[in-house]
Amino acid sequence: MRTLTVPELSLVVLVGTTGSGKSTFAGRHFLPTQVISSDWCRGLVSDDENDQSATPDAFALLHHLAGIRLRRGLLTVIDATNVQPKAREALVKVAREYDVLPVAIVLDVPEQVCRERNELRPDRVMGPHVIARQRRELRTHLRNLEREGFRKVHVLHGVEEVEEASIAYEKAYNDKRELTGPFDVIGDVHGCRAELESLLVSLGYVLVRDEAGRAVDAVPPATRTAVFVGDLVDRGPDTPGVLRLVMGMVEAGHALCVPGNHENKLVRALTGRKVQLRHGIAESLEQLEREPEEFRKRVIEFCRGLISHYVLDGGSLVVAHAGLKEAYQGRASGRVRSFALYGETTGETDEYGLPVRYPWAEEYRGSAMVLYGHTPVLEPAWVNNTLCLDTGCVFGGSLTALRYPERELVAVPAEQVWYEPVRPLEPAARAGRDPGVLDLGDVLGRRTVQTRLMGDLVVQEENSAAALEVMSRFAVDPRWLVYLPPTMAPVATSSREDVLEHPVEAFGYFAAAGVGRVVCEEKHMGSRAVVLVTKDAAGSEVGAAAARRFGVTDGSTGVVVTRTGRPFFDSAAVTEDLLGRVRTAADAAGLWEELGTDWLLLDCELLPWSAKAMGLLRDQYAAVGAASRAGLGATIAVLEQGAARGLEVGEMLEEQRGRREAAESFTAAYGQYCWPTSGLDGVRLAPFQVLAAEGQVYATRDHGWHLALLDRLCAADPVLFQATARRVVDLGDEAAVAEATAWWEELTGGGSEGMVVKPFDALVREGRRIVQPGVKCRGPEYLRIIYGPEYLEPRNLARLRRRSLGRKQSLALREYVLGLEALERFVAREPLYRVHEAVFAVLALESEPVDPRL
Amino acid sequence: MLVTITATRPAGAPWPATDLGYLLAKNPATVQSFSHGFGRSRVFYPEADEARCTAALYLEIDPIGLIKSRNLDSADFSLSQYVNDRPYAASSLLAGAIGQVFRTAIRGTSKERPQLAAAAMPLTLRLPVVSATAAFVERMFAPLGWTVTATPLTLDPAFPAWGESRYCDVTLTGEQRVCDALSQLYVLLPVLDGSKHYWIDGEEVEKLLRAGEAWLPGHPDRELITRRYLGRRPTLVRSALARLAESDEVPAAELDNAVPEEGDGVEEGVVAAEGTGNGSDGTSDNAVAVAEAQEPSPHTSLATLRHEAVVAALKDVGGKSVLDLGCGGGALLRHLLHDRYFTSIVGVDVSVRALQYAARKLRLERQPESVAARLTLKQGSLTYTDASLKGYDAAVLMEVIEHVDPPRLASLEHAVFGAARPEAVIVTTPNVEYNVRYETLEAGRLRHRDHRFEWSREEFAAWAEDVAAQYAYTVGFRPVGEVDPEVGAPTQMAVFRRGDGKITGPTNAGRAEADRGSQSTQPTQSPKSTQSPKSESSERSAKSEKEAN
Repeated sequence: MRTLTVPELSLVVLVGTTGSGKSTFAGRHFLPTQVISSDWCRGLVSDDENDQSATPDAFALLHHLAGIRLRRGLLTVIDATNVQPKAREALVKVAREYDVLPVAIVLDVPEQVCRERNELRPDRVMGPHVIARQRRELRTHLRNLEREGFRKVHVLHGVEEVEEASIAYEKAYNDKRELTGPFDVIGDVHGCRAELESLLVSLGYVLVRDEAGRAVDAVPPATRTAVFVGDLVDRGPDTPGVLRLVMGMVEAGHALCVPGNHENKLVRALTGRKVQLRHGIAESLEQLEREPEEFRKRVIEFCRGLISHYVLDGGSLVVAHAGLKEAYQGRASGRVRSFALYGETTGETDEYGLPVRYPWAEEYRGSAMVLYGHTPVLEPAWVNNTLCLDTGCVFGGSLTALRYPERELVAVPAEQVWYEPVRPLEPAARAGRDPGVLDLGDVLGRRTVQTRLMGDLVVQEENSAAALEVMSRFAVDPRWLVYLPPTMAPVATSSREDVLEHPVEAFGYFAAAGVGRVVCEEKHMGSRAVVLVTKDAAGSEVGAAAARRFGVTDGSTGVVVTRTGRPFFDSAAVTEDLLGRVRTAADAAGLWEELGTDWLLLDCELLPWSAKAMGLLRDQYAAVGAASRAGLGATIAVLEQGAARGLEVGEMLEEQRGRREAAESFTAAYGQYCWPTSGLDGVRLAPFQVLAAEGQVYATRDHGWHLALLDRLCAADPVLFQATARRVVDLGDEAAVAEATAWWEELTGGGSEGMVVKPFDALVREGRRIVQPGVKCRGPEYLRIIYGPEYLEPRNLARLRRRSLGRKQSLALREYVLGLEALERFVAREPLYRVHEAVFAVLALESEPVDPRL
Repeated sequence: MLVTITATRPAGAPWPATDLGYLLAKNPATVQSFSHGFGRSRVFYPEADEARCTAALYLEIDPIGLIKSRNLDSADFSLSQYVNDRPYAASSLLAGAIGQVFRTAIRGTSKERPQLAAAAMPLTLRLPVVSATAAFVERMFAPLGWTVTATPLTLDPAFPAWGESRYCDVTLTGEQRVCDALSQLYVLLPVLDGSKHYWIDGEEVEKLLRAGEAWLPGHPDRELITRRYLGRRPTLVRSALARLAESDEVPAAELDNAVPEEGDGVEEGVVAAEGTGNGSDGTSDNAVAVAEAQEPSPHTSLATLRHEAVVAALKDVGGKSVLDLGCGGGALLRHLLHDRYFTSIVGVDVSVRALQYAARKLRLERQPESVAARLTLKQGSLTYTDASLKGYDAAVLMEVIEHVDPPRLASLEHAVFGAARPEAVIVTTPNVEYNVRYETLEAGRLRHRDHRFEWSREEFAAWAEDVAAQYAYTVGFRPVGEVDPEVGAPTQMAVFRRGDGKITGPTNAGRAEADRGSQSTQPTQSPKSTQSPKSESSERSAKSEKEAN
């Protein structure tokens, strides 16, 4: 019985004449969805599986389908005769395009058998000469298949072998997903044996030495494994020593190693190929010359056996010498190997004729962490979940390892400059902070954002499109924009006849959701402002958190943004003034030390309303007031004239006077939230939550903590800051509930917008669902601004009560979850595009259609 | 909302003023009630004697009912559609009520007083709240023989600093036939109405135009009147962008302003004449349209010169496949599309509405396939990289960079010069030095409200040379428009061409091939023009030459 080995991800090409039993074979060994047959494709494009005129289109479809499956990483089997070299060439090309291995399985069945089978099929009309011709072609090229590019060729001779064959899958060489570490991934060593030994010791490895005292192995602590990113050799003082140690570790199962371009070149040199003796290979050859022939043979064998890259830890970690883009991970082809060893170039050359490196890491969006070396940098810097560990030890830098999954860097300095760098090491790769790392593909179109709290959340295309315009034209630098606030749902419509909203429903909602304690916070009627402030004032060198943590070096020290991410103030100077005041207050309140941070993200309301909403006041609210005042005044005047003439207009007159009163109340309602400001004069900031600081998302802490902390901030600068009045209410305590209700009536009676009721513990779940993080309960006078001057008229109120809150509640929750997601990602130092994805999604959702009055 | 019509009997006239009741076919002694689809109106006479008679039409609309009766999802409306001036300000709704209540009077027929109906008499019309500037009311009614008194209303007496509102209290007096007075109100009220949220259907429009037959042809602004009627198709459904503006409590136009709204008349320069309705500051969004309209060289507009200069520059650099980045309404695309030299054209804009506008203006769906196939319109943003923009001969940033906040320029540079990396890049931007030549432009003000900056020639050259050095391009400069010896040309242009130098910009910093032993340093070549000496030396003024170095 023949066992045919097939790589788990490959393009299996069946080769055999008509009637050789390919479809039967495919059906026996593969899933129906894995098999693409040319007959089936011919049927799809022509409604007739035997319509030969449809063959070109049928194969175009077949190649297209195969390509999609391979791109998605799915084994694919081609069921077509494939006896002509041209047909196979096209399939090899498809396999190469997706960097999978092509495999040929040839069904070499006697012509007689094929002919007999064919005659049993009434739909087949081809004559016997066709099979004869196909068989001739098959036999002519049979021995050439490997040369055509097939990595494996299995030929089954005769019916019996075909029937008895079985398939055995083999893993790709680079597939080490079953190894879960933990790992110590070590950067380019370049012959620096002493530093390597020190590094291993500082990582807790125990060196094993031979009788000559040479390190031949290192035993890792506990279950750890070392992983070398390649370029063990060249330039340094002891290439043989490094090789001896690493080969020993690999052979003992204590280490994995991927090849670097220098190993590749060294093997060629050692095997007698002509290479240019540049970039430190001469040193290696000289050092190896002193070793016995046996050692050199061992080196050649070792280097030849290295696999271009490894996929480790269930697919979460990829190690390759020059890094590896996502599409190449776990794949096998010449260009994958070339990318892994040398990286990719743009096709351009620089002024010295050297190829320009393609900035693959900047575009990297894969979920696997990629660790690599190849390009020496002063300091390792994360770029989209990738990290270069080559810190130029041989050039006098250091030898660096990353502990995985801890993400801890361990480094030992070079003992000396072993090899003069042709130019000084460049500073750390700045790409992680590059403004350019955001790509249209990160945000545009219909998107699914994975969140910790609610799983996948969908953003529709039209909403992304709207958000893109605002984000691009109006928003602040995305590096500053690590959060956007969610919208908030109002309380359910009151059961009372005379108001739309009342606290009773808020308390009822949370009690029903199992929340025992809520906090009622006065709702400041201003505009939402998110304040991100860094500890270091402009111009101060110390720490310079703006540059260090946010990568912003234009001199700004934070941002104050509106709920769509736009700068709150037109003037950068006013923004910096405000940030300076917040910074000073945070200094005084000792927040930096207490939270162990040099930046703070605060959720606030900025007052007065007129400071930002002047355009809207002018265009809408005050305009309605002006029109109503003049319009109703004139109407009342002519009605009074008519009444004096004895016309029966008494009822109309009463009605219009009532309307005028409502219009006056409307004007008074918005007027309370307006006062003149100039620069920061008159501006008040009411912070109500510390969203996050270094290393910690605070948004899910209880509100007692937030308000206590913020009270200290407010006390430090009572002119700027406005504290938030609040009541903590135990929902089981009727007296407390009644007191809070009375407080709301008092607040709203005095012109306040109303209050927000939040679960005291902030993030609360009810079963698998998340309870609204807060509901707003607005006062009757304030609501005139929203529902119109005359909304309290009973006939109006009766109609307005039929409002539906479902969409708004859903939106509020989704935005809340996305906002938290953005914070979590930022605090976890995830790449900018990951943070931006969540922030952008909040903005996009905000453009969903929801009743704007809610 | 209210309108009153007062007839005054001239001395010695044989008829009493109360005959107005016959002409209007409404009895001065009673209060009459009418119901309309959008509300209820009353007609009564606050005064009615032999010398003076005033009829009042009072229309009460129900904004809540108006929306509910449309049976649209309330989420589609903006707040301003719920809370607005409709119940108070004269609008198309009042016109509709006039049309219904005074149907016979508008026809000019009267059973009882046929001669009086056909004669002009001293009339006074009062509209206490009209949403238009005084000047525009004057412009509409004065040519028809009215004496116009229009007094702006204070926005809010509690906040005197806020100034005046967009409303006027309007009184019209004149010798007119009653039927003309009514039909003029009937047609012109909706024209005056600056707001975009009124409800009127297409049939009504036809009727309104028919009503103007007697006087509209003689009105100097008949085209504007017609266009504002037909062109103004109110958008009832909030766009997603408008919803964002609303959530941020700013007027929708503050965010949704990438292209002029059709029917706004901005393109025709109407805004300049009538104001934007924004009230006190008289700011036009498009100061540039106004300012540039009165160019020193009146024959060719600066916009046209700019298009020609860009096309010429594209041909100089051999740019056959072209990206128009920030294509807006497609003005340049039109030039490119009509020139077979350009084989592949991509218009990119961040505004979906701009792209729709461009597609409509270019009549893409009606172009033959061979033409349409050369053009692609796609949404994109210059602060995000986009792989689909790679591989083009040239990119144009025509009057685009000045719309980008300075802190975001680095992203634009990276996306265009670093990532898309076309062979050539053409950038135009205003020359701020030239602004002093625009008489209507206040000193220190920029040409357009959305401009985040405008640069002098020196500033532009410094920026361009820095970008060229960072991204391995060479750059040359050309003036666009007539060159003023003192302040230069109104528009400045930089032509970048890709060199073979090494990128030192943020893209590749720290990731170059140290390991290949390169002797890399900063590029040493000084940026120099790659233009042919002929075009450069003739186009480039001595001053810009000096500044460039």
